[in-house]
Parts: sequence; structure tokens; C-alpha cells
Amino acid sequence: MELFQKILPTLLSGISAGGQYALIALGYTMVYGILRLINFAHGDIFTVAGFVMFYAITAMPLYLAIPFTILVTVLLGFTVERVAYKPLRSAPRMSVMISAIGVSYLLQNLMWYVTGGQAQQYPSIPWISGKVMVLGVETKVVTVITPFLTVILILLLVFLTKRTKVGLAMRAAAKDFETARLMGIKIDGVISVTFVIGSFLAAVGSMLFFTNYSTVSPTVGMMPGLKAFVAAVFGGIGSIPGAVVGAFIIGICENIIRSLGWSTFSDAFTFALLIVVLCVKPTGLFGEKLEEKV
Amino acid sequence: MLKIDELRVSYGGIEAVKGITMEVPEGKIVTLIGANGAGKSTTLRTIAGLVKPAHGRIHLQAEDITALNPDRIVSKGITLVPEGRRVFPDLTVLENLKVGAYLRNDSIEDDLKWVYELFPRLKERSWQPAGTLSGGEQQMLAVGRALMSRPKIMMMDEPSLGLAPIVVQGIFDIIREINRQGVTILLIEQNANMALKIADLAYVMETGKITRSGTGQELLNDESIKEAYLGKKRK
Repeated sequence: MELFQKILPTLLSGISAGGQYALIALGYTMVYGILRLINFAHGDIFTVAGFVMFYAITAMPLYLAIPFTILVTVLLGFTVERVAYKPLRSAPRMSVMISAIGVSYLLQNLMWYVTGGQAQQYPSIPWISGKVMVLGVETKVVTVITPFLTVILILLLVFLTKRTKVGLAMRAAAKDFETARLMGIKIDGVISVTFVIGSFLAAVGSMLFFTNYSTVSPTVGMMPGLKAFVAAVFGGIGSIPGAVVGAFIIGICENIIRSLGWSTFSDAFTFALLIVVLCVKPTGLFGEKLEEKV
Repeated sequence: MLKIDELRVSYGGIEAVKGITMEVPEGKIVTLIGANGAGKSTTLRTIAGLVKPAHGRIHLQAEDITALNPDRIVSKGITLVPEGRRVFPDLTVLENLKVGAYLRNDSIEDDLKWVYELFPRLKERSWQPAGTLSGGEQQMLAVGRALMSRPKIMMMDEPSLGLAPIVVQGIFDIIREINRQGVTILLIEQNANMALKIADLAYVMETGKITRSGTGQELLNDESIKEAYLGKKRK
């Protein structure tokens, strides 16, 4: 029982971190699935969501600030795709990737400009910032609800892709743009929907992450963004279940390593994992064969 | 029904279609034959809206449909069964058929029944991922998927490609059956013999131009066509 009480907090925060990574990783993996693009700006969109929440809470009550933050983040994701990626639809993939890196730095610099680079105290969202006792261990409420919320959102996402018309269009377009167009699918619309969903999940993820982490600064999203990216690659980029499983594994492993007193190495572990995966099984846990899309 | 006037299409700096004029009458099977690289596929892709023409017009009945986007072309009743079948491999057979009906908002039950009647094999496999089907079955699925949009005109790009002769015969029988049920067919083929046998009207395309036209029977009996496309030596 004593051992259990020692392990439980680690496990809880691991699962919670995993859930937050998963919400970000889904944005990477979905965009990759359809565009074969690593959207480097995704981590920054996640950070912007943190700042939007910080400013929104000063101007409006919480029940408005949350939907407002989500809306702004979604609009940002949509706009980034329309402005920076859509004009490059028939350009070589490398150009789009460079554009994504450009957007990433643009967003970071805009955040420096607007905030002056100051780290800001993330508003505490009542209820989820509180503490709760779980099996005799005190922990934040957010730690407990993150995995549940994550699972609910993932189930909704699976329902959307498997059971709805737009999901069918997404899966068709992910395989073959041209044939999808011959079926009457508007590719640009489907891609926009993908970015909207990815940004929505990142916005929710940012609320959970920053409630836990408590300060927002312009570059704070880089680490969770990168780790979510590693999670997506680990699980098999392009695969939704892969991203989720990868994220939970990374979240839990990191926290185990920290609890063993090797905090310094927890980030190194994640990236060492990336290297190992790329060497041993480049397609990841659930990845399909890498193929060039025509 | 479908009229193509002076169509010119360039592809990466090369003019693939050099001013062709042709007509697809309602209710007929029309075929476009010719060697590899003659511009047949480009012609179909241009009609389907995947490629924009440099010059010329395409009319469906009285309506100008030149350079519309593919979704508009599909909603006007023209569908293309692409070369190499291009079924969506990880979607099930049923899902592939549903994608075919993507633009429709009415009930698709009757059409599903129709497609399953034409291709009973697809019904047996409706829950299988399309990637697990044989080449012939994938071709059936590609045709069935195209029919789900309820087309007036079905264009087909090399349906016989890579299929065993017996399977090809089955596909051509089905094409005739679909035509009998009121769908106009525009077919391009390298297997000129098969195509000419079922065609009401045929065009021969060479290096981007239409060089001959006539009924399928006329071209089938034409000595120069025989020599060039049917693999028979002149005596």
C-alpha cells in the first residue's frame, strides 16, 4: 500500500501529461495524414491559445473566455492553412515545410512583440485548478480530468472520422487527392476542417497544460509541441490511435524517470526514443508503409 | 450530348491535346483509341475538370462546362473511372461506394441495390477493405463507385489495364449492360479490338490529334487501323 501511494502520483501525472500530449499530437498526425506535412506551427498555435486565454480572462467572465479562446485558436489554425499552406498546394513538399517553419517563428515573434516576452501567470480556472484526494493522494483536479476529457474527445474524433460524411471525405482525401476530387470532394474544405479540428484540440490541450504548468511565455509551447510530435512519430504519424498511445507512453515514461530522480534526463529520454524509433521502426507503432502520395 | 470543340491542353509545357473536336451522342458507347501518350487520358481528365484546357470549349447539352471544378462536373452528371482503378484501399467496399455518392443528399439505397445487382461480388465483400480485393473486383468497385453518383455520362480510362482476358470480357459485358440502362459511355482503351466491338462511335487519336472517326464496325474493318492497333498484318 505504501508502495502504491508512492507510485500513484507519478502514474497520475504521467497519464495526465500523456493526455495533454495526445491532444496536441492529434493535430500533428491529422494534418500529416492528409497533407503529408509536419505542421511546425502547431506547437505555437498551442502557445497562442495560452496567451489568448490569459488576455481573455481579463476582459470577460470565464464561461465566455473558454469558448472565446477556442474560437480564436481555431480561426488562427484555419487562417494559417489558408495563407501559408494553401497557396503552396502544388509546390514541392519541402516548400510547404519551410513555410510551416516560417509561420512558427512568425507566431513566436508576434507573441514576443505583444507580450514583451514576459512570462505570464496563467489564470486559474476554478474547479479544475482545485485539489482533490485520489486514493489517499492529494492531486490537482486537472490531473484527474485530463485523461477522461482526452478520451471523450478522442471518441468524438473517431466517431467523426468513421461515421460522418466529412470523416469519410477526410479518409478518402488522405489516401488520394485526385480520386477524392473525382468523387466531388472539395479538398480545400476537407483540409480546412482538419486544421480546425487540430487547433480545437490544441486549444483544449493548452487549457489543461497551462492549468498544470501555470505560466505562459512565447516559447513555452515548444517543448510540449516537440514531445507531442515525437509521440505522433512514435505511434506512427498519420495514425490517430498511434498518436494517442504514443502520447500516453511518453507522458508516463517521463514521469517515471522524474520520480526516480533523473529529472534532468526526462526530455533527453523522449528524444532518444525518437531516434530509436526512427532507426528501428520508422513507421512507428501503428504506422502504415510510407508512400508517396500522387 | 457532350460536345468538345477545338480542345487544346498543355501539360508541363508540352501540348498533349492539340485541338480536338468530338461528340458523344446520348445513350451511345463512344470510344477513343490510340497509342500510349496520344493524349487520351488528358482529354478525359480535362472533361472531368482535373486539368484546365488552354483553349477550346466543352458543352454538356447546351451548357458550357469548360474548366469547371471536378465537383461541379460530377454534379452535372459526368463521372470518370480513373486509370488504374484508384479505389480507396483502406476504406471498405461499402465506404468506397458511399464516397461515390458524396455529393448526393437523397437516399442512396436504391443505387446501392443496383450496384450490388450489377456486381454481386461486391455485395459479398461489402465489409472488406477495398485493398484486399483482386484487380478485377477493384475495377468493378471503381465502376460501381462511379455509378453511385448517378451519372448521365460515365467516362472510363483503360478499364482493361492489367486484367486477365476473361475478367476483361466480364467488365465489357457490364459496360454494355450499364449503357443499356441509359448511361452514356465514353471509353478509352489500348485494347482497341475490344473497345471497337462494343462502340457505336469511335475516334482514333494520334499525338494529340484525332485522325480518324467512324462507327466501331467501320474502324474494326479498316485495314490501316487493323495494322496499327489490332495487331494484324496486311496481306
